[in-house]
Amino acid sequence: MKVVVCVKQIPDPADPGALDPESKTLVRDAKLILDESDSYGVEMALQLVDAAGEGEVHLVSMAPNNETAGLRTALAMGAASATLISDEALKGSDALGTAKVLAAAIARQEPDLVLAATESSDGYTGTVPEQVAALMDLPSVTFAKSVAVDGGAAKVQRQTEAGYDEVTCPLPALVSVTAGVVEPRYPSFKGIMAAKSKPVETVTAADLGVTSVGWEGSGQTVASVEQAPAREAGTIIEDDGESFGKIVEYLETIKVI
Amino acid sequence: MGISNIWVFSQESNGTATSGTLELLTHARTLSGGVTAFVGGDASAIAGILGEYGATKVYATGDLGGALPGAAVASAMKAVIDGGDSPDLILFPQNYEGRDVMSRLSVKVDRTVLTNNVAVAVDGDTVTVTTPVFGGNTLVSTSFSGSAPYLASFRPKSFAAESASGAEAEVVAAPVPDLGSTGGATVTAVHVEESTGPKLDEADVVVSGGRGLGESDKFSMVDDLAKILNGAAGASRAIVDAGWVPYSMQVGQTGKVVKPNVYIAAGISGATQHMVGMKGAKNIIAINKDAEAPIFGVADLGIIGDVHKVLPKLIEALEGRG
Repeated sequence: MKVVVCVKQIPDPADPGALDPESKTLVRDAKLILDESDSYGVEMALQLVDAAGEGEVHLVSMAPNNETAGLRTALAMGAASATLISDEALKGSDALGTAKVLAAAIARQEPDLVLAATESSDGYTGTVPEQVAALMDLPSVTFAKSVAVDGGAAKVQRQTEAGYDEVTCPLPALVSVTAGVVEPRYPSFKGIMAAKSKPVETVTAADLGVTSVGWEGSGQTVASVEQAPAREAGTIIEDDGESFGKIVEYLETIKVI
Repeated sequence: MGISNIWVFSQESNGTATSGTLELLTHARTLSGGVTAFVGGDASAIAGILGEYGATKVYATGDLGGALPGAAVASAMKAVIDGGDSPDLILFPQNYEGRDVMSRLSVKVDRTVLTNNVAVAVDGDTVTVTTPVFGGNTLVSTSFSGSAPYLASFRPKSFAAESASGAEAEVVAAPVPDLGSTGGATVTAVHVEESTGPKLDEADVVVSGGRGLGESDKFSMVDDLAKILNGAAGASRAIVDAGWVPYSMQVGQTGKVVKPNVYIAAGISGATQHMVGMKGAKNIIAINKDAEAPIFGVADLGIIGDVHKVLPKLIEALEGRG
């Protein structure tokens, strides 16, 4: 079974983000890491291939500047190989443009199953997995909290507003997984060493036959960026054993009690 | 020209339209006279309320028969558009179904999508939507370029729902065409998680717990406090990921967005992804050991202290009041 996992390499969320004042898009020039949301998909894929007894996990990522640091983390976890789409022309791509590029790169792998996170931790548009499925004419199950493969079909528990649904979906298919679907493993030292020599193919949008990408293909322009009105500073006190009384008082003031 | 034909992806829950649907219909009718509701399913139970809130027409796919709504509803929408009724703008609620349908449709009509919005403005032919980023500190307004339809989704409670006292809307069938390979996903069983008290995203009081509680057993303090205040219990992503509480309780960018009268954060540091979900609360009370925790930046009342000491005393004091 071949599983392709979409992974995003993002600026470390521990570093506060910024918008480029010129282009008004997220600045992505700092060192990139594997989006933690994607580590769940990588782990899920590794476990499904294990359970199937054969197959491999391939990664697909789109990132500027030939960035592979995040990919190496996922390779160290156990993925076999990766495709990196890195292309100046992709700068400014909207979610649909990104999905077109990813879908073209994924299709070349002819996967049985495509996994993705429900949304990235930096841009969180949250539409790319379903757009990729639509572009590839695949059925899809989003917001999975459990995934198994049985007899050529994915059996998924899908989050809903009220609880969850059990969904069956014939392969090939795309499944987007929520955080917590599995516990991602830490790369072992051996894994980290092995990852250094695993194949990462770098391609451009043109290599994939995808045109009209980046700023040119984007259906949106940023009109303005403004600071949200700040909340007024509150009262911060150190607990002296009696501070619960302040909370009671506050709740009385706002008439909650 | 201008924006004259707006669709609202409309949803039903327990026999009535969801609050998100009514919010979007209410706002849509301030932007245009022509508001159409599009229902993925049977609309007979909700055509009345959709009309009351401003829809003059309702498209309904009819029962989806266990198909997931993403591909099915998007294909039905595309068929109506191809049939000649082409919307300028389609508003979606920011939730599971809304996201799936808008994503599929964006590929079918080859148009971008803009998600996570809290506002929309129309100026002539230009539609601009606004989304908060960086935990809500910055507001980014983005205009659609190119030709309609424009697709945008909105967070719950972005607009206030108000009846227009409209008449019941005419229901027009919008059947789902053959989905081919994309129609393969089928729901085989539905599980509803039991919950008591008010719903998290509708409650007037929300008490949330985070990693600072130390261990999963201690979440009962959060539950107890929520119960005493007739509120709902919520959680940070950290303890949902850790498996202490179900995902349905998660407050934040990837969970529920809440706007209660008062939000009490117990042992939550205030990661950006959490703040997005609760910063809209009218009053915020935070209890955290770490004086540097970002949550204190938005708190109206902040207690630098141990939740294990403060919460039991607070619960006792409130119980004492009967």
